[in-house]
Amino acid sequence: MIRTTPFYERLSELNATGLWGHWSGYLSALRYDMSAKHEYFAVRNSAGFFDTSPLYKYWIRGKDAERFLAGVMTRDIRLCRPGRAQYTLWCDDRGFVLEDGVVFRHSDTEFFMTTAEPNLGYFRDLVGRLDVQIDDVTADYGVLAVQGPRSREILHRLAPEVEKLRFFELTPAKIAGSSVTVSRTGYTGDLGFEIFTGADDALGVLDALIEAGAGHGLRPFGEDALLMCRIEAGLVLINVEFQSSRLAFTDHDRVTPKELGFGWMLRGIEADDRPFIGRRAIRRELADGTSRWSSVGLLVDWQDYDRLYRAAGLVPPKDETPLGYESMLYDDDGNRVGYATSLMYSPALQRHIAMARVQPRLAAPGSRVNVELTINHHYETVAADVARLPLFNPTRKTA
Amino acid sequence: MANDTKTYDAIVVGGGHNGLINGAYLAKAGLKTLIIERRGFVGGAAITEELVPGFHFTTFSYALSLLRPDIIHELELVKHGFMPILMPSSFAPMENGDYLLLGPDRDENIKEILRHSPHDADAMDRYEHDVERVCQLVKPLLDKAPPNLFGKSPEDLADLAELASHLGGAEPKVLHDTVRMLTGSAADFLDDYFESDILKGYLASSGIIGTKVGPMSQGSGLVLLYHSMGEHDGHFGAWAFHKGGNGGFTQVVARAAQAFGAEIMLEAPVDTVLTRDGKAVGVALADGTEIAADVVVSALDPRRTFTQLVEPRELPGDLVESIDRMRFQGTSAKVNFALDGLPRYPALGDRSDQYRGFVNIGPSMEYLERAFDDAKYGWYSQRPYLDCAIQSVVDPDMAPPGKHVMSCFVQYAPYHLKGSDWDTERERFADTVQATLESFFPGFGDLVLHREIVTPLDIERVVGLSEGNIFAGEFFAPQMYFFRPAPGWSQYRTPIEGYYQCGSGTHPGGCVMGGPAKLASQQILRDRSATG
Repeated sequence: MIRTTPFYERLSELNATGLWGHWSGYLSALRYDMSAKHEYFAVRNSAGFFDTSPLYKYWIRGKDAERFLAGVMTRDIRLCRPGRAQYTLWCDDRGFVLEDGVVFRHSDTEFFMTTAEPNLGYFRDLVGRLDVQIDDVTADYGVLAVQGPRSREILHRLAPEVEKLRFFELTPAKIAGSSVTVSRTGYTGDLGFEIFTGADDALGVLDALIEAGAGHGLRPFGEDALLMCRIEAGLVLINVEFQSSRLAFTDHDRVTPKELGFGWMLRGIEADDRPFIGRRAIRRELADGTSRWSSVGLLVDWQDYDRLYRAAGLVPPKDETPLGYESMLYDDDGNRVGYATSLMYSPALQRHIAMARVQPRLAAPGSRVNVELTINHHYETVAADVARLPLFNPTRKTA
Repeated sequence: MANDTKTYDAIVVGGGHNGLINGAYLAKAGLKTLIIERRGFVGGAAITEELVPGFHFTTFSYALSLLRPDIIHELELVKHGFMPILMPSSFAPMENGDYLLLGPDRDENIKEILRHSPHDADAMDRYEHDVERVCQLVKPLLDKAPPNLFGKSPEDLADLAELASHLGGAEPKVLHDTVRMLTGSAADFLDDYFESDILKGYLASSGIIGTKVGPMSQGSGLVLLYHSMGEHDGHFGAWAFHKGGNGGFTQVVARAAQAFGAEIMLEAPVDTVLTRDGKAVGVALADGTEIAADVVVSALDPRRTFTQLVEPRELPGDLVESIDRMRFQGTSAKVNFALDGLPRYPALGDRSDQYRGFVNIGPSMEYLERAFDDAKYGWYSQRPYLDCAIQSVVDPDMAPPGKHVMSCFVQYAPYHLKGSDWDTERERFADTVQATLESFFPGFGDLVLHREIVTPLDIERVVGLSEGNIFAGEFFAPQMYFFRPAPGWSQYRTPIEGYYQCGSGTHPGGCVMGGPAKLASQQILRDRSATG
């Protein structure tokens, strides 16, 4: 039986389309409105809320919890103070990425973690003799992402604490009489927050939010709009940008943190004496320069794009729905030099953009590649410039 | 007489969207460029004003659709805050209390049309497809200067041959549809597809905007075609609302122009273009200041460009005569409202999603044509056509939370009133508009916190558009393309060397399109490189 999240009762009233996807066994709205783009604009222009409850959630607690996470996670959790959150990865011993997730540090010994896939068994098997308790609390919490330029103003009316909350900080707060945690995090690349509430309190929190957002352009948004935002924001998605190394059949389907664009996470790893899974392989990769790919953004040449379609007798399509398949990348001599993992028309940037993986020699911004498209049932290529991710990065996100 | 010591390569007279875009292109090409605006802020007819604290009014122009997409990229507008927000619905109330509500979902639209006419349910796809084919054919012409029909140089002949080849390559049906739209009436064209009054009224409305024609008049087809050529992110006929209104848009362009190095001078009415030996050498401001430049570009309408900024006596007689008889006859007005809340449409109860796009008060072609009848005889419509947008629904920054601003474009409001004048009629006129809204939205009047009345005379006085014509010269076939603004002068030059035109009175015309400005800048730069 498909499950519903603690917000479902209200969200089902708001969903005018009747369109629901299945996400980790829960009903998740694809869009609430006939126009996903309208929801997208709420996030970019005013504010939207998204039910992100289906994420797996774990409490990792105990005297050795920090030591445990320091040994499992690629990024050094010891640098994350209580009251802060950290986006992180975990790798296998060959230095390939298993998954990504966010760790919210509530205290010296209490960590809350969200992940896209179930990980309890894997994590518990790694505890050994450490004093750590890991509990799956997925169903105990509802999580509401409130994202967009007006999100702070709206949430401030409910929880004044958010005013001073900095990027990737978290704070306890009370909303509608319920104890919640609010973090300055999200998956849209915009100014935004996430509210973690007990499942029983979820509807009250949502109703308070909706009321606080009245007149501010606050509206629910579904997965379609979220996926547009996350590509503009350059945020990777499991099973699109990468898949778990543990479940891959070949190394072609594996990526290292560096290859996935997280070289920044590995800064200082030379001096880092922390033993963690994959450390040796990652250090070797960095030392030997053996990374096969670089993750980059692509800005498609709009003139070339329009010209190709016009020459074919077509109106150039500008569809914000991400393509459901990889597009190959070529150099001017027709050699394959990479692939785009996510390609869409960006309404904010007014051009087609992509998240892509190219050979490291082409990673410099401004390098030119050619993206494969099918036009009138023929393969064609359109020019694109390599650019740094994220492609859309408003100052309000971190300001 | 004071002399400004600075000299410029180019001076653009008028800081409306075309003046700004032209100045930005010239500056980008390396010309030391000055844009001079008469008022205290740029934007021309594309401005947003906070008339009541917290309420931001798009006084004149109120939506974005025809802006040429290449300008967005070439002027790097995204970097400066370009943000066109989709308007995802169109709402057309009916006099019997019913309505037509179209949105972004094709299948839902078909069901909605089917409710009004089973016959028309499958006509919409055919109509839209046929119009798109026409747009596909015509659109490339918007992005090039018209060929000089009267020139005999090899370039002129090559341009004409290219045009002939472009049109010659069209399918016969597409070319025929194009001619039918360019020369015929919106009513005739729509009658071929539809039977439903509400659908025809809604679609025909695009055929009258800004123009003194009824939907049954020849010539309304051209206006319909123009408005169908607009796009939002590649979707023909879709409209967007720029963040902060069209004033938000012109601020973006101003920032872009300045980033390329253009200077903007405000509160500086230009009195005349200075000439020496038939050549432009700069401008004189109303206060007597003279500013020198090799190139002077007028972003004003053709009447001002040719008969006020320069001496018509120094121009060829044919040109002066053409400009004198160019039709302006503004026929549009606006009444903008600050509202205490959203209007209630009885048939939709407490719903408000119908206000995310345009609200079109034009329930049938007959309604529109009768509104036009009043204008034919010199009076404003007693039941006017209204194109409304409650922009704060799409962009909450436009009004305080829970409150709204409503832009309301009104037709017909002829510039010349028979037996009265606009200063006398303005309040009565606004009352007529408000009464019309009240008849569709009972209780509307109780929501009104403030009302801004913009008559054609106001448009002329404030923005400087002659007779209040929003397109800087009416859209009708003898005033388009080769003939815009006058035969032989469609390529942005004037008889005065170094004096150019870049306003909406030149090809491809009005609306917040930017095409004239960009094409004029290309002509200016070509001429400069030719003369070395």
